[in-house]
Amino acid sequence: MAAASAGALGLTLALTMSACGGGKSDDASDQPNVDCSQFSQYGDLSGKTISVYTGIVTPEDTAYINSYKPFEQCTHATIKYEGDKSFETQILVRAQAGNPPDIAIVPQPGLLKQLVATGKAKEAPAAVKENAAKGWGEDWMSYATVDGKFYAAPSGASIKSLVWYSPQEFKDNGYEIPKTLDDLKALTDKIASTGKKPWCAGIGSGEATGWPITDWMEDFMLRLSGPEEYDKWVNHDIAFNSPGPTAALDAVGTYLKDPKYVNGGLGDVKSIATTTFQDGGLPILDGNCSLHRQASFYAANFPADTKVAEDGDVFAFYLPGKTAEDKPLLGGGEFNLAFSDRPEVQAFQTYLSSDLWANTKAKLSQGWVSANKGLDPANVSNPIDKLAVSLLQDPNAVFRFDGSDQMPGAVGSNAFWKQATNWITGQSTKDTVDKIEAAWPK
Amino acid sequence: MTTTSEPLTTTPPVVPTPASPARRARKALTSPLASLIAIVIAVLWTLPTFGLAISSFRPERQIKTTGWWTAFTDPQFTLDNYRSVLGIGENAASSSLSDYFVNSIVITIPSVLIPISLATLAAYAFAWMKFPGRNVLFVAVFALQIVPIQVTLIPLLRLYVDVGVAGTFWPLWLSHSIFALPLAIFLLHNFMREVPAGLLEAARVDGAGHVAIFFRVLLPLLTPALAAFGIFQFLWVWNDLLVALTFAGGGTDVAPITAALANLSGTRGTAWHLLSAGAFVSIIVPVLIFVAMQRYFVRGLLAGSVKG
Amino acid sequence: MITGEKFLTMCGAVLLFVAVVGVILFIASRFGGRRSDGPVAYLYLLPTLAMLALGLVYPGLRTIYQSFFDAAGTSFIGLDNYQTIFTTEDQITVLRNTVLWVVVTPFVATAVGLIYAILVDKARMEAFAKALIFLPMAISFVGAGIIWKFIYEFRPDQVGIKQIGLLNQLVVMAGGKPQQWLVNQPWNTLFLIVVMIWIQAGFAMTVLSAAIKAIPDDIVEAARLDGVGPFGMFRFITLPSIRPTLVVVLTTIGIGTLKVFDIVRTMTGGQFFTSVVANEFYSQSFRANNQGLGAALAVLLFILVIPIVVYNIRQLRASEAR
Repeated sequence: MAAASAGALGLTLALTMSACGGGKSDDASDQPNVDCSQFSQYGDLSGKTISVYTGIVTPEDTAYINSYKPFEQCTHATIKYEGDKSFETQILVRAQAGNPPDIAIVPQPGLLKQLVATGKAKEAPAAVKENAAKGWGEDWMSYATVDGKFYAAPSGASIKSLVWYSPQEFKDNGYEIPKTLDDLKALTDKIASTGKKPWCAGIGSGEATGWPITDWMEDFMLRLSGPEEYDKWVNHDIAFNSPGPTAALDAVGTYLKDPKYVNGGLGDVKSIATTTFQDGGLPILDGNCSLHRQASFYAANFPADTKVAEDGDVFAFYLPGKTAEDKPLLGGGEFNLAFSDRPEVQAFQTYLSSDLWANTKAKLSQGWVSANKGLDPANVSNPIDKLAVSLLQDPNAVFRFDGSDQMPGAVGSNAFWKQATNWITGQSTKDTVDKIEAAWPK
Repeated sequence: MTTTSEPLTTTPPVVPTPASPARRARKALTSPLASLIAIVIAVLWTLPTFGLAISSFRPERQIKTTGWWTAFTDPQFTLDNYRSVLGIGENAASSSLSDYFVNSIVITIPSVLIPISLATLAAYAFAWMKFPGRNVLFVAVFALQIVPIQVTLIPLLRLYVDVGVAGTFWPLWLSHSIFALPLAIFLLHNFMREVPAGLLEAARVDGAGHVAIFFRVLLPLLTPALAAFGIFQFLWVWNDLLVALTFAGGGTDVAPITAALANLSGTRGTAWHLLSAGAFVSIIVPVLIFVAMQRYFVRGLLAGSVKG
Repeated sequence: MITGEKFLTMCGAVLLFVAVVGVILFIASRFGGRRSDGPVAYLYLLPTLAMLALGLVYPGLRTIYQSFFDAAGTSFIGLDNYQTIFTTEDQITVLRNTVLWVVVTPFVATAVGLIYAILVDKARMEAFAKALIFLPMAISFVGAGIIWKFIYEFRPDQVGIKQIGLLNQLVVMAGGKPQQWLVNQPWNTLFLIVVMIWIQAGFAMTVLSAAIKAIPDDIVEAARLDGVGPFGMFRFITLPSIRPTLVVVLTTIGIGTLKVFDIVRTMTGGQFFTSVVANEFYSQSFRANNQGLGAALAVLLFILVIPIVVYNIRQLRASEAR
């Protein structure tokens, strides 16, 4: 025993030494000088530590960590950032066990409600509420309001009603960017008549496989039935298998389940289920596919040397409404939920809800925007983010938050995904909506 | 892997080793066929890992668009993936694996030693002591193997928070020890039962108490068995993800390499090509441990059948 | 925390447990050797039982209690959760898959391990040959997931697109069309089971190989003198001699298979009708927020293992009687 364990110990120690040898040398200390007068309201927070827990990991985490640095520099507080891809399940475990972080970046209103239900979350302080009321509309506030209490200011936002395409291909073939849903159908048929499969899609996403279809369905629900019906559907005031939602899913089916239309460069209809959503739009680059419906953050999935711009290799257009006047806009976003009301946590939470942070973060990021009205479009660097900001700030647009993110977990992050996946691999629309309706918690 | 006429193992030279039954069975399969089957199994079992090894040295674009076997016809190799995951050079991932590597070691060693020492005591009691409730308790401990780890997560974490050790290494050490105990006790008990009763009886006649018997008679015989279980427990703990995710909250402070590996592919999984290099970095320790300790391991599993 | 500090904490923890064991042994030695075993036995068991009670028994009982409650855990609903498991189409698929896993994995993994152990026994480079099969045991499930991606991955049958999964490459080379191995049921479950067999065969091989080597030479010699042929030797000598070991191997792999979770979760996420009880439990408890149904699934796991436990106890009794 002694010999064996000594051997093991020696080996592991030797390995440790060699592991430590290759330490990292990078340190992003080349920060621009910060004007600390904007932080005077937070006071001196020396020796205080605030923990942030999120599902955002490499490479997007760098911009978050850097956007916290001005706050750390001026208040002398330490922010501990922890990114974990299993965030969505682990945050519930931690909250229920009484071990939550100080601040969690929660990407779904549904999850936010569950977290509030654990009784561990803290209501937002007055300063955060004030900032939020100034920066965001009523609708955004309502997503973080539970039983009349406001809990969390929004953080980032993404636009989901986008279709990716190749500007070059459109130019060469004289394709017009569609203005209505009928135009979109006509364009699809036009491309299909050349023998090319116009659409490509991928819904693979590990245990979350299926979610891109939920976005498709929400977009069509919003367009075919209108925002009021959409809200009723999300809140279960109408059944999941009632005519409106059924028609919306059928409409998605006319694109995604038609072997003439999909899956350009990726295979048959079924291949949508196994293609990861990251790979789903890549065939546009090879010319194997022309159209791909996916959110603004999809820009990050193209290889680094791809030019994402109106005159570049790929770009996105707004998924049109039923008529050219309708402008329903589907999007998502995150919220900064606090589990502690220590003064330093509230100070940091206030910083995160300010337009100062939104602008700082936007300057540091690629593919990141906020719905904060105080966000200066000049601080957004790349074309796709500019498009997202212009859509978010468009007074004619009717914004709606991702529906599945607001539904109860049993539907929004389980049955909806699972049945949508079954639907793409052959299950009928009726069976699909019936099964999701059956899964709704009574 | 052809068959040889002379065994190559280092056996005492005095007595020639008679053919084992397995060896005879193998002969019956006619040597060439036997070798062929063995080689086929070995190739099938090695091929997937081999593919990963090749992939880990290929450039990102190649990994994502062509099969790893094309590396033979169109060799393009790079160390970029390793540089990235180890945090060396310009294109380093934002957090390097070396911190997590240290954490894995710090988590694993106590998580192996603690359950082994406790299970040895318990297995001894079950194997060689008479006390009321022995059978019922033993069956209960054995049956506890099936309590799914997932159901224990919230109650245990709540307990750790109450005691004030959440966010340290203690939750990991204790949880891994708890989860290992039922199987450890079951296996060690089986080994101990096979130590001839005569040996213990003789010691008892000489007036040795339980502690003396334990140390002087059993422990030397069991050492390899303990080492064998130790290796298994080492592999389980080193490779665990679920326990780590739940109890190792606190980023680089306590999280092990598997947790880092799970996040390596990025928020939206775009960097999955890095996983091949990352997976290789994480398996190197268990493989070395196994190779280095294989001798103990085989002897350990033999310990249950002391001849005589 | 810096590295040195971490190692110090670690050594402290190990020393603490050494001290606990030392104290127990010290007290035990005060009791003398001849009197009743009772007090000493309980002393030996004390730390183990305390940890098990806190870490496994209490959560286990709590789960059984929860399984009779609804999703939020507030109102008593009797056996409704169990009824859901046995009547909902999706849940029945989960049960069917679990049965498939438990029936196929232990036996195939053990058979491969046994055959290989016999074939390489005393062959040249035996240690190396064994290390090859054992290697998958050393790989985490996360690692195994990515390894098998390079085997099962699907790319469409189109000009300019190459397969990156080995299995489809072979199919294409043989003139077939690439398949989506992880989508088409029920075969997809079998493709997942292959991964588990790949991991577990090394365990079976190592343990069984040791058992084979331990068969006393004189028995073999006597049989040989009696003119027992090679297959007879396997049937009448090898198999009976390693029987207890076989039971342990089958049991361990069987229980491991019932709890299988990582493979399904990383490779299909339980989609395409490949979910198993352990994975479904996780989805229901932590994703769907249905604590009651999750608990009922966990209890079901517990019930499924009872036959294995009973069989092992019978074996144990039989060997005690010998």
